[in-house]
Amino acid sequence: MDNYLNKTYIILDRELKGYFRTPLASIFLLVFLALSSGMTFFLGRFFERDQADLTAFFSWHPWLFLVLMPAIGMRLWAEERRSGTIELLITLPVTNTQLVVGKFLASWIFTLIALILTMPIWITVNYLGEPDNHVILISYSGSWLMAGAFLALTSCLSVLTKNQVIAFIISSISGFVLIMAGFNLVLSAVRSWSPNWITETISSMSFLSHFSRIQMGVFDLSTLVFFVSMIILCLWINVQLVQVKKAD
Amino acid sequence: MSDKLINATNLKKSFDQFIAVDNIDLSVSRGEVVGFLGPNGAGKSTTMKMLTGFLEPDNGEIFINNINLKSDPLKAKEYIGYLPEGAPSYSDMIVADFLSFVGKMRGLNDNSLSYRLEEMANQINLKDMWNRPIETLSKGFKRRVGIAQALIHDPDILILDEPTDGLDPNQKHEMRNLIKRISTNKAIVISTHILEEVEAVCSRAVIISNGKLLANDTPKNLENKFLNKNTLSIKVSNKINNVFSKEIKSLLNYDDVKIQKTDISTHTLLVSDRRKNPNLNTVLKQISKLKLDVIEANFQKVSLEEIFRTITSENNSK
Repeated sequence: MDNYLNKTYIILDRELKGYFRTPLASIFLLVFLALSSGMTFFLGRFFERDQADLTAFFSWHPWLFLVLMPAIGMRLWAEERRSGTIELLITLPVTNTQLVVGKFLASWIFTLIALILTMPIWITVNYLGEPDNHVILISYSGSWLMAGAFLALTSCLSVLTKNQVIAFIISSISGFVLIMAGFNLVLSAVRSWSPNWITETISSMSFLSHFSRIQMGVFDLSTLVFFVSMIILCLWINVQLVQVKKAD
Repeated sequence: MSDKLINATNLKKSFDQFIAVDNIDLSVSRGEVVGFLGPNGAGKSTTMKMLTGFLEPDNGEIFINNINLKSDPLKAKEYIGYLPEGAPSYSDMIVADFLSFVGKMRGLNDNSLSYRLEEMANQINLKDMWNRPIETLSKGFKRRVGIAQALIHDPDILILDEPTDGLDPNQKHEMRNLIKRISTNKAIVISTHILEEVEAVCSRAVIISNGKLLANDTPKNLENKFLNKNTLSIKVSNKINNVFSKEIKSLLNYDDVKIQKTDISTHTLLVSDRRKNPNLNTVLKQISKLKLDVIEANFQKVSLEEIFRTITSENNSK
């Protein structure tokens, strides 16, 4: 078991350092911070709202992640396949599951770093008023969990192509579908012709509806199960796809 | 228990309708260097990918150091060092970090890793490039990094897919010397389409074409096998005109006697026969009657290249 975890850690370590070897990490972190604060202060009207909470900050996260998570995850497998290093990885004494999990965790930890860097907003709101820090902490955890689901989806889809740009596009489109699944516009279109349980299922698949509950400070079991099972399912498919697509 | 480090039987692999590898058997013992020869697309790389566990064969079994690669892939892979075609590596990493990553994945602990890294830096001559990003290295150095990652854990089995491809003649020479140096206690398989490489480093040549194994023997035996059919070549320092030429041909009672002008003052007689091999002494005796001054006489050697062409073109025409 130790050996198993150790190999996963070595993969994680290489991958995480990989973000910082190129300007990618700093560019990404800058863009993330600029966009998240821009959206909070300008689109979310943080000051005009005159409320000591971070709703204006977190409510944009699904949309921000829709673009930024595919940007982080697009290279995970597409690049291995393009450069041929996948052959090197798979012929090492390591399982595909270790590879997939190690890579995914690296990208997820990178996102955690990005989220931690937004802490000044938290500090600001605490300085200006008395927010419910319990809700903020839940929102941060939920945001990270949702980012994980986006990343697992991207990682899984990035096996399908050797081209990072294509991986980015298909991941963004799939993420968009998962966000939109909770919108009334989509649900009413489906409701008109399908039985109720299909509409319910589609609605329950929506990142947006789960995340909006989290933002209110409600982190119920169904939300936790949803995001965690989404991550596990995507990573499981990812492992199968690596097996199928490795030699293409 | 077999002393074969690699023992593969009935390997078969198809991609859709295309049969890439068709019932190949291959075994390699410690101390052997097997040269995998074949035209492009013959199935060399596919076979190597199966031996290293990258691809699963449709049929057949592979034992690595008596471990079944299919049932215990992680254990079996520990014994193998592999240089994939094109020597892929993480181009954004520096050489030291990349080798250290592969070493750790190969299960080396800190002490043995630093010892092996030192060894690689010296043995593969990577010292000057040690802290350079791989993407800034020349093709020759990138290939060396690829060899170093395959050797980092000092494996019993080394599988190298075109290790000298794209190297300049000096680098090729160095690479061959390296392979020879490390070959004594390992089983090595190298694929190449450079025949001189097989002659230079391999103890056995395996020729495959269209996924089929066509020959599996030492380069010397292959040459000897094809030497029998060969032609006796006699170089003489005489001028031979048409009349004289006819006289020689009528004297030598063989199917085919060719007389070629080698340079201004010498000619070469090429004597061959479909029914029996020409006898060197007999022919020499016969031509001594014509007062020809023989400079050298031997069986015309067939290069491995010609053997390769003959075997693979026979297979294609079938």
